[in-house]
Amino acid sequence: MADALLEVRNLSVDFHTAHGTVHAVRKVGWSVNRGETLAILGESGSGKSVSASAVMNLLDMPPARIVSGEILFEGRDLLKTSAEERRALNGKRIAMIFQDPLGHLNPVYSVGWQIVEMMTAHGRPADAARARALELIARVGLPEPERAMHKYPHQFSGGQRQRLMIAMALMLKPDILIADEPTTALDVTIQAEVLALLKELQAETGMGLVLITHDLGVVAEIADRVVVMSDGEIVEAGTAGDVYHRPHHPYTRKLIGAAPGKGEIRRPDDSSPVLLEIKDLCKTYGHVPALKNVSLALHKGQSLAVVGESGSGKSTLARTVLRLETADSGEALWKGKDLIAMNARDLLSVRRQIQMVFQDPTQSLNPRMSVYQIISEGWDIHRLVPDRAARRKRVAELLEQVGLLPEHAQRYPHQFSGGQRQRIAIARALALEPELIICDEAVSALDVSIQAQVIALLDSLRRRLGISFLFIAHDLGVVRDFADTVVVMKSGEIVESGPTGEIFEDPQQPYTQRLLAANLDPDPDVQAQRRLSASAPA
Amino acid sequence: MTRLIGQRAIASLLSLMGLMILVFFLSRLTGDPAVLFLPIDATEQMKQQFRALHGLDAPLIEQFGRYVWDLVHLDFGESLRKARPAIDVVLEAYAWTLPLALITMGLVVVAAIVLGALAAFNIGGFFDRLVSVVSLIGASAPDFWIAIVAIVVFSLNLAWLPTSGVGTPMHWVLPVAVLFVRPFGLIVQVVRGSMLSALTAPYVKTARAKGVKNGPIIFIHTLRNAMLPVITVIGDQAAALLNGAVVVETIFGFPGIGKLMIDSILQRDFNVVLAAIMVTAIAIFLMNILIDIAYSLLDPRIRH
Repeated sequence: MADALLEVRNLSVDFHTAHGTVHAVRKVGWSVNRGETLAILGESGSGKSVSASAVMNLLDMPPARIVSGEILFEGRDLLKTSAEERRALNGKRIAMIFQDPLGHLNPVYSVGWQIVEMMTAHGRPADAARARALELIARVGLPEPERAMHKYPHQFSGGQRQRLMIAMALMLKPDILIADEPTTALDVTIQAEVLALLKELQAETGMGLVLITHDLGVVAEIADRVVVMSDGEIVEAGTAGDVYHRPHHPYTRKLIGAAPGKGEIRRPDDSSPVLLEIKDLCKTYGHVPALKNVSLALHKGQSLAVVGESGSGKSTLARTVLRLETADSGEALWKGKDLIAMNARDLLSVRRQIQMVFQDPTQSLNPRMSVYQIISEGWDIHRLVPDRAARRKRVAELLEQVGLLPEHAQRYPHQFSGGQRQRIAIARALALEPELIICDEAVSALDVSIQAQVIALLDSLRRRLGISFLFIAHDLGVVRDFADTVVVMKSGEIVESGPTGEIFEDPQQPYTQRLLAANLDPDPDVQAQRRLSASAPA
Repeated sequence: MTRLIGQRAIASLLSLMGLMILVFFLSRLTGDPAVLFLPIDATEQMKQQFRALHGLDAPLIEQFGRYVWDLVHLDFGESLRKARPAIDVVLEAYAWTLPLALITMGLVVVAAIVLGALAAFNIGGFFDRLVSVVSLIGASAPDFWIAIVAIVVFSLNLAWLPTSGVGTPMHWVLPVAVLFVRPFGLIVQVVRGSMLSALTAPYVKTARAKGVKNGPIIFIHTLRNAMLPVITVIGDQAAALLNGAVVVETIFGFPGIGKLMIDSILQRDFNVVLAAIMVTAIAIFLMNILIDIAYSLLDPRIRH
């Protein structure tokens, strides 16, 4: 390891905040060589990005302070190097790409200008930089490089923007590319394309790749070696295969165990009555069709998953069922009564029976209301549980039901973690004793271990209380574990639907097959096998 | 972009028409010019003659019709005070106010942007604190007081600069300097605040990861984004100057539109007041269109 191109040794970084000192990373060490891919795996708050930011000199100091350690690049300690010399290395020898390419590209300059700047900032002539930029924009797979140069970041899709970021990072043929959650904001099929592109480019240029991620599937697909971080420390390190198949640390085992998509597939029981039946639902925004003849049926006590990529119409479907949007045509029968044609009074009582849980509990819970107020608010609207003592008792029960404590009722949302907040949102939905809960990407923003807990909670509610779920998600692993039936949507249309087992084990439509193939398995061997069979001649 | 400017121009024209109507009727409420202009012992016959001469004896609605007809022909009538076409009097004064406003605003914008941006980059440092204190004083000190102190110090005690009037470039120094203070103080604070939030934007991180130097990060990557809210404030402050700096022009005996307007109002010189309001309104509308153009030049998301 002594001759690694980039090596972080014994690095400790503190953050000084108003609430005291946080040890963001403690004695972290990793190394990467040319041609190699190292993954830094961890959940939110694990400190997985901190050491990479230290390498790039991107930590804001203060509040950050490097307490100890060395960052050796070609044997030279970057922490003892002048700021000007480190600036000269950034982009030229070590480049970095980020999670959110829209935010990380400057909105007011053309992408061509920003890509060219990578070279001009290091003293290269502008015309050479332009030629190289055109070459790379074509290489990362964007059509019409000349025109793309003159466009602005907001005129591209998320996947295209990440490709442009990659082109920018490769302008000076860096020895090392650090990618911080490069595919997290992208749809699975786009994620697969971007990861494949990174691998191809690595093979062409021989650069070393440091990939920061929370996703075991991404590690399995791309990493040679992996370090697992928890709470600011590296708890496990090794080859991707070793760490997945023979984890030593309890945290790693827990993380691998929580990875969705491994449970037993449920066989739906269609004997229960139909609760919600949607027939030929259509909705158009301007000239853009958001829903085209969507039909489905949800039985009592079952969970129906709607999957699809962004823009497929999943959320519009949920909003239309709740009458937050007005459908252009079609029917949505709730216990046989059409929701679309229902009058306001009937609608109010149906709305009590259908509750919704949103993706981001930080935004969907009012920060100025206590948990007690959040949960009991619905009772005021629907004139339920009038007695104060009864209310307090019921709130306590609901909190226990979702795995929180009765005394949490007096606290406010900011005092909880993301997973706990989502439990509060579920308790709020349960307060009205709904028959159907619509979950719109309700577990997408949560860490895997928390995600598994929330899914287990929803499943127990389904079994114990007979609640049905309309489960909107893009993560197929979660859907496989939780759904009885699956509906696959694309551009507002249902492409394929059926029992979960059939969809996952024997998909009929090419789109469903593509979607499933792009969904990464956490097992590196499975991913290697898939790559092999994909590259073999058909 | 052309469509955006076209829409703005039409909206401006409509507002201008509203303003015309408002000004006419409001100014008629302030009193009878015949009483003010003629000697205190003027006979009723003299007053009648005066009114007839200036068309003030016709019914209000007829006066209004004639007023609109004349405006359309850019004829504001004679100045009662100076016996010359009102528009000439106004344009003469505006030829003083416009350069005063432009010079002052130009200096303010350059100084405020450079100092505000540097202060934000050195947040908490000595330079930042210095800029913050100076700008706070500038934004809160009353301009008439600064004007008088400046005259006492620089004209009377040191005798470096003339006290008032126009004629040499030295006559411009004190009015420009005094008018500079308040908008500078205000805009520097806005630039600093806007830069502070822009410097934490993710694209700044990207620029640092690219190895871009601090200078271009501040003045190319961040400043252009930070300028968007600043431009609104610049427009607001520039409008105040285009209106004529009444107090400062009066103190320094500067023959600009502000001084002309206050003199004309005091003496019920309606035609001049009208012409002055119309000219400044047109100037402000034109400036707002310039601001819109600046916006869309700075931010491609408005253009595309």
